[in-house]
Amino acid sequence: MASGHDDHHHGPAKGIKRWLFATNHKDIGTMYLVFSLAMFLLGGTFALVIRAELFQPGLQFVQPDFFNQMTTMHGLVMVFGAVMPAFVGLANWMVPLMIGAPDMALPRMNNWSFWILPFAFTMLASTLLTDAGAPNFGWTFYAPLSTTYATSSVTFFIFAVHMMGISSIMGAINIIATIQNLRAPGMTYMKMPLFVWTWLITAYLLLLVMPVLAGVVTMMLFDVHFGTSFFSAAGGGDPVLFQHVFWFFGHPEVYIMILPAFGVVSEIIATFSRKKLFGYDSMVYATSSIAFLSLIVWVHHMFVTGMPLAGELFFMYATMLIAVPTGVKVFNWVTTMFKGSISFETPMLFAIAFVVLFTCGGFTGLMLAIAPADFQYHDTYFVVAHFHYVLVPGAVFSLMAAAYYWLPKWTGNMYDENLGRVHFWLSFIGINILFFPQHFLGLAGMPRRIPDYALQFTDFNMMSTVGAFLFGFSQLIFVWVVIKCVKGGKKATAEVWDGSHGLEWTLPSPPPYHSFTTPPAIK
Amino acid sequence: MLPTIKNTLNKLCSSVALAALAALLPALSLAAEVNMPQGVTSVSRATYKLHMDIIWICVAIAVVVYGVLFYSLIRYRKSKGAVPATFSHSTLVEIIWTSIPFLILVGMAIPSTRVLTQIYDTSNAELDIKITGYQWRWQYSYINGDGEDVTFFSNLSTPREQIGSLFDPSVPEGSFAEKGEHYLLEVDEPLVIPVNTKVRFLLTSADVIHSWWMPQFALKRDAIPGFINEAWVNVEETGTYRGQCTELCGQLHGFMPIVVEVKERADFDAWLAEKQAAAAAAAELTNQEWTMEQLVAEGQTVYTTFCVACHQVNGQGLPPAFPPLTGSVVTTGPIEEHINVVLNGRPGTAMAAFGALLTPVQLAGVITYERNALGNSVGDLVTPIEILQAQQAGQ
Repeated sequence: MASGHDDHHHGPAKGIKRWLFATNHKDIGTMYLVFSLAMFLLGGTFALVIRAELFQPGLQFVQPDFFNQMTTMHGLVMVFGAVMPAFVGLANWMVPLMIGAPDMALPRMNNWSFWILPFAFTMLASTLLTDAGAPNFGWTFYAPLSTTYATSSVTFFIFAVHMMGISSIMGAINIIATIQNLRAPGMTYMKMPLFVWTWLITAYLLLLVMPVLAGVVTMMLFDVHFGTSFFSAAGGGDPVLFQHVFWFFGHPEVYIMILPAFGVVSEIIATFSRKKLFGYDSMVYATSSIAFLSLIVWVHHMFVTGMPLAGELFFMYATMLIAVPTGVKVFNWVTTMFKGSISFETPMLFAIAFVVLFTCGGFTGLMLAIAPADFQYHDTYFVVAHFHYVLVPGAVFSLMAAAYYWLPKWTGNMYDENLGRVHFWLSFIGINILFFPQHFLGLAGMPRRIPDYALQFTDFNMMSTVGAFLFGFSQLIFVWVVIKCVKGGKKATAEVWDGSHGLEWTLPSPPPYHSFTTPPAIK
Repeated sequence: MLPTIKNTLNKLCSSVALAALAALLPALSLAAEVNMPQGVTSVSRATYKLHMDIIWICVAIAVVVYGVLFYSLIRYRKSKGAVPATFSHSTLVEIIWTSIPFLILVGMAIPSTRVLTQIYDTSNAELDIKITGYQWRWQYSYINGDGEDVTFFSNLSTPREQIGSLFDPSVPEGSFAEKGEHYLLEVDEPLVIPVNTKVRFLLTSADVIHSWWMPQFALKRDAIPGFINEAWVNVEETGTYRGQCTELCGQLHGFMPIVVEVKERADFDAWLAEKQAAAAAAAELTNQEWTMEQLVAEGQTVYTTFCVACHQVNGQGLPPAFPPLTGSVVTTGPIEEHINVVLNGRPGTAMAAFGALLTPVQLAGVITYERNALGNSVGDLVTPIEILQAQQAGQ
């Protein structure tokens, strides 16, 4: 097809056009990753404002309303701007390389699904500069606080969420189309790397629940501007209906952020243990079970709304069940390391920390599943500690691990191993000082989302803030490592790691702009 | 030679371990202090037991999982020449580690179901109290038995000087008064209930969703506008207990504490009788003659409690969400419209309807205050009896 053209037509376009009109999965993957890193730093800055205010009792830096804007924006930016696009970026880069495809199935849609995001987040962040301020009703935006009682920025919020949703849905369609249609001959489903499997399942979850999110914000839009009463009892609606619809999206969303992380960690642990992943089949079945269960447990976020006993029991049992497939995954990772030949490069350090700390988050998750105990934990710092343990040393550490693991493949250069280790240890220590004390704060009675607190909570809050600044500023080391690695460094081989396995390691580092234009042979 | 080194190493290791343990002990005792409270009800103790049981189950699993993990990390290092094994699956092992956790979960589900069933049994309560959440205060109403007339608000009573100028601009910037023992966990009027009595709470809200949490009772339930939730408590020890709103409800979410005083039955009855007498006296006041000075004085107290968070101490508001009262069309225009806005609120905005919230005396006071203070000097007033008439005409 390309026989009549010169070679340079196959390379990237020059200047800004390369990025604006990008259809190459590697370029789009890079843009997603850079964008999510920028959002990670922005959302982190919001978090540091929160932690600075909570360093000691009394209001020192911000007014209560601005504090609420910070908690809201921190949550929205981290979930929709940092973690989700980062995983889509990884999928863009790695899925075609892992299944032997020349590119994503729908390259032009791929361009659009990325380029929506900067506009969505500019729109959302711009509300910070308006008189009314940014959204201040929490990232869960419960009605009627987010409808009848919202400031005018709620409309910007609704449209921004719509745009993010469209982007995610298109991303998911693209990933499904790629995995189901573009696998190299011989790459059967049960031969796919686990990262590809987890992303396939995640993409289906996205398709199922992102339209539900779009539905709930549209109902808000109608309540705010067109006089409907979906969420107002005065007009025959119900504020709790909002929570049902939101969490029908919101709980699978949690797994959307962690399933690809499971995939990443499975690849890395096998590589650095120099052993095949233990229980590959059971990993695939466990991931599918978790995805299915995630669709029928949403009410565990609403145990204190006054559900009838029978409903409460059903959702308690279903939630507890999730511990079974999640346990299987952890056991498989540990058994993969057992009797391996383990080395501790930075990606492996992050992956081991993931297993250890994600399991901590899993334990508190099991505790939260026990409905009567949840009456005590609900909406306290115990919950904050729980979900940050699964999201930061969980999802974010897996992203760090992935970045270190594949940076040599992407850039052709080895990153600075010493700096990587410094980054890991500072992050590891920082994160635990930051979030571990929050378990105690919650149990001792500190509610979440408050800008000021009673005196008995002071010590643990101070600790937490110190950890937050340590963790936050350590991430600048990561930025430095990435820049250094892109600029140069020791040349990477095609295999990069001596235990690596899979198609992406058969290509040179960096891979050619167009790879697998003829399908590779699968053994 | 070698055994000596080994010995020294052993001693060194054990002393390091001891030192680590010694350092850990205060941390552990500190952790015990901040564990979930056992509380003062049968439900709270049952909940505490569930909490501790599940923690110990998690600890046991953690010891096994982390044990194998760290053993592997130490034993099978490449730097020590470990050679990887080639096994990669075992159906038997997978079945074992699927079924054992499942059985543990069944073991946890049984007691949890029992406690949950107990929590849901609101029958045979001796006293009913309606709890209504408002932005940002709680209202308590004793709705049957002898307490029919008693309704009151429970407001944060921590002095604003302790919180700082970012909470209240009238506090000099950067100056903080020393914080009291119960900073942010103190109210002007606590909820009072009798000891060893099954009390049923009926929870609802007048605006957004709030959540009423008392850790010592293991009781947390949402207060949802337009719906009524039930919960119950039977406290076994007299005393003062403190909690907070736990559902984000707007800018002062962190400033609506809950204080419950649990009294002996006789003391409770005496307190209730006193409250009823006070309520009757307040009703009397409505019919009394009121001067401008009296109304402005009454109004200032009401304004400081109910209006100041949005409209600010000097009446300048926080535009655009919270309009200024100084020189506004409402506070300086016809008094009928002013009464209408205060009584019925402005639907679709943050301005609540205060008609059902405040007494006629308080309403007359605050309206008169707003017209003749905060930089306004309209010169007219409205009496409590006129408020009552306006309310009756509106119905």
